[in-house]
Amino acid sequence: MIRRAIVAMVSLILTAVPVLAGQQPATGQFLPANDLPPDQKLPAAPFLIGAYAFIWLALMFYLWTIWRRLGKVEKEMRVLDERQRSHAR
Amino acid sequence: MRKLFAPLLIVTAGMFAYAPIVIANTRYESTMFLVQKIFYFHFASWMAWAAAIGVCGVASAFYLFRGSPAGDRLAVAGAELAVLFGAFGLVSGSLWGRKAWGVWWQWDARLTMALMAELIFVSYLLVRKYGGPGAEKLAAGMGIFGAATTPFIYKSVDWWRTIHPQTSVVRKLGDGTVPDMYFAMLYCSVAFLLLFASLLTIRMQLEGRRAELDRLYLALEDPS
Repeated sequence: MIRRAIVAMVSLILTAVPVLAGQQPATGQFLPANDLPPDQKLPAAPFLIGAYAFIWLALMFYLWTIWRRLGKVEKEMRVLDERQRSHAR
Repeated sequence: MRKLFAPLLIVTAGMFAYAPIVIANTRYESTMFLVQKIFYFHFASWMAWAAAIGVCGVASAFYLFRGSPAGDRLAVAGAELAVLFGAFGLVSGSLWGRKAWGVWWQWDARLTMALMAELIFVSYLLVRKYGGPGAEKLAAGMGIFGAATTPFIYKSVDWWRTIHPQTSVVRKLGDGTVPDMYFAMLYCSVAFLLLFASLLTIRMQLEGRRAELDRLYLALEDPS
């Protein structure tokens, strides 16, 4: 039992060492993206284009679903109308 | 309602066609530069989302307490648009956050509450679709409670200070020092509110046709 606990503790310490060694010093507050070193900065354009493209594509998709649903209801109404007429005859 | 749709759509399309020019002509924000321009559609999406939630909440109350079928139709249209505009806001915010904050998502009060509200309205639509008889009234209750979250979401950034900017950012834009940014924000908000009104009109038309179809089915089943 003691042996198992020691093995577990040593494993934990060995795992924690590289994690702690790789950590950046705490800044106390978030670091503005602009202050990052150049190699860690992300280009802005893909995010900007991605955000606007998502909104446009989702909007177009939504309009298509409305158009499709309206078409389905209209078709069903035509079928019912015809059925009602044939019943009346 | 149907007559309103075409003029509304023309004005909205015109405004959206001109929006990229308005946004491109605004100055760059001093710390975020280009990516800050997501703000104009991001903020406007949340404006339209708030309008959709408000419409859903009020219409749900009308349906629940007065039994108004038109209220029910308006509420379901509002809920669907709340999900749509909420998705716009969440996705554009996530993309902006990845660049500005370095993370796709942060479990801070504003973002978490906005996500919860989005899920409430997704649940509203699921209840409507799969809830069976009486689901409309249950969904109406959800619509009212969903709408009640809006003021808490709005004030969350002031009450719990986290990474998300406070509501005072928008007020500061209006103090006259950055008129181009303020104009672009207002322009996009009006464009999104008009888009919301256009979509609400067409969505109401769909609900109206569905109600008519239900009446036809009932008439066919019970000719007396």
